[in-house]
Amino acid sequence: MSNILIIAEHDGQNLNPSTAKCAQCATAIGLPFDIAVLGSSIADVAGQAATIAGTGTVYAVDAAHLGDPLAANHAQEVVAMASGYSHILGPSTTFGRDLMPRIAALLGVNQVTDISAVEGSHHFKRPIYAGNAVVDVVAPEAVTVVATVRVASWKAVDGSGSAAIESRPAAEAAVTHSRYIDLQSGGGERPDLQTASRVISGGRAMGSKENFDLIYSLADLIGAGTGASRAAVDAGFCPNDMQVGQTGKIIAPDLYIAFGISGAIQHVTGIKDAGTIVAVNKDADAPIFEIADIGLAADLFNVIPEMKQLLG
Amino acid sequence: MKILVGIKRVIDYNVRIRVKSDGSGVETDGVKMSINPFDEIALEEALRIREAGNADEVIVVSLGGNECQQQLRTGLAMGADRAIQVDSAESLQPLTIARAFLKLVEKEQAGLVMLGKQAIDGDNSQTAQMLAALWGRPQATFASAVELSGNKAMVTREVDAGLERIEVDLPAVISVDLRLNEPRFVKLPDIMKAKRKPLEVIPVEDLGVAPENDLQFTSHTPPPVREKGIMVEDAAQLVAELKTRGLL
Ligand SMILES: Cc1cc2nc3c(=O)[nH]c(=O)nc-3n(C[C@H](O)[C@H](O)[C@H](O)COP(=O)(O)OP(=O)(O)OC[C@H]3O[C@@H](n4cnc5c(N)ncnc54)[C@H](O)[C@@H]3O)c2cc1C
Ligand SMILES: Nc1ncnc2c1ncn2[C@@H]1O[C@H](COP(=O)(O)O)[C@@H](O)[C@H]1O
Repeated sequence: MSNILIIAEHDGQNLNPSTAKCAQCATAIGLPFDIAVLGSSIADVAGQAATIAGTGTVYAVDAAHLGDPLAANHAQEVVAMASGYSHILGPSTTFGRDLMPRIAALLGVNQVTDISAVEGSHHFKRPIYAGNAVVDVVAPEAVTVVATVRVASWKAVDGSGSAAIESRPAAEAAVTHSRYIDLQSGGGERPDLQTASRVISGGRAMGSKENFDLIYSLADLIGAGTGASRAAVDAGFCPNDMQVGQTGKIIAPDLYIAFGISGAIQHVTGIKDAGTIVAVNKDADAPIFEIADIGLAADLFNVIPEMKQLLG
Repeated sequence: MKILVGIKRVIDYNVRIRVKSDGSGVETDGVKMSINPFDEIALEEALRIREAGNADEVIVVSLGGNECQQQLRTGLAMGADRAIQVDSAESLQPLTIARAFLKLVEKEQAGLVMLGKQAIDGDNSQTAQMLAALWGRPQATFASAVELSGNKAMVTREVDAGLERIEVDLPAVISVDLRLNEPRFVKLPDIMKAKRKPLEVIPVEDLGVAPENDLQFTSHTPPPVREKGIMVEDAAQLVAELKTRGLL
């Protein structure tokens, strides 16, 4: 039997859109797929997963200890349900990057990271070297393919489905060596960076935490999510979850506007799939202008207030 | 307690990557090589743990050909006590690397393994999680703060939603993120001293580990290029252009 199992990502209440993107990748592979939702009191989330078009069955594995996002607990559950599946897919988010290699190792296989295109059931493309090269990866057919799906490369499958939901108890006891403590969320009410259709980012040039309010207020005017360069996060101007790039979030909004970001490869790799890239930088020779669709060589501290006035 | 630190030799992060015209890989001839930036941070953290009196020995480990001894020497100059090169002519994939690390963990009775969150060549982000799985021990990935107390580590993790804290019992595997610390600079006398520190070479076969279920990398291509676009003069033109394109 050849089937795909997708590991759903959620926060206990809401299914993360990364799951429907994994489903798009599964659709491209062209095999029937099921979705596993692991967690505690997850009937709602399982219901959301069941609407993903094309889903065979949603398996809801419900146990108190699965409520915490500990890869050690989740991996052993996935392994317990892995037999019969030729592929196990998860998202390239921090959730998937933490979990999927643990599953792969328990199954004795290497993991395919960051699938950006499907060439065949065992033949994929993925970026390496911060997106500076694309490699064709062929996975062995005799063993399970465990992979992460590069969410910025895939559109979400629509929510017109109504798959069956099957509840199951956990197969394994909780590990005792790891304990989840808490999550300190940096984000406010703005659209999620990874799914927002518009994103406005600030770099080192913002100069301070207070000045980042310029970014937030412009973003709020046009309903955009907000991002940042590593330099801005390192300097403490904004929380880590805003970092865009090789080591932050890889995003693909329709519109990306970068203020005071130079355009280092590690940053640019995070926005290569954006529809339109706009750069505002006072240095006309900044590398970001090489890849920007629209560039403006000017001082951001003049440009943002002017834009706010024009849009307000 | 002994801490093992993974040191991977990679193309320096400042080098402009070029794909070879025959598609067999990326150009490495005459290219500057360095320690994977995340691994420098892992080593720095291990050294600080030792300096705080919570570890006795820091051992840097690299899997690769003899050329990776260069990066191991840099690690020794930073302050590691000794080095192990697991010698392998062919480049190994994360599952094999994790299996080799497990053998060294058992041999050295290590209490902590510190690796990078990802190697910036393959951007795999797998080895730490795989080692933890094979070892049956905790993984604390993408760490931006590590606090040891007794037999436990409190680790702050950089995740998509913010900062997550988990507590793990040792032994454990920690993979480090960029904001964990600022690695120290190597001073000249340390480079001289590092030459006398022990560097053991173990052929990967001697660890009883061989590649299995490897992926094949059949062809490399340059990424699609984004064309340089237009320049506008001021904010008014910018907003007008975005409106024309239906983006605002
Ligand atoms: C392993 C590794 C991983 C990394 N991962 C990431 C990552 O995920 N994301 C990331 O972003 N970086 C990452 N980096 C860092 C990256 O290399 C750059 O250092 C970083 O992106 C620079 O941020 P910046 O553009 O904000 O700052 P700078 O490079 O300092 O650029 C600031 C820009 O602002 C412009 N400027 C100054 N004042 C004004 C003004 N008043 N108005 C308009 N423009 C102005 C300047 O001309 C300059 O171009 C990584 C680095 C390494 C080594
Ligand atoms: N060949 C290697 N030698 C030593 N350490 C390695 C090697 N490959 C990977 N590692 C460690 O594993 C981390 C993650 O690598 P990867 O899973 O390839 O992204 C690296 O940052 C290193 O700490």
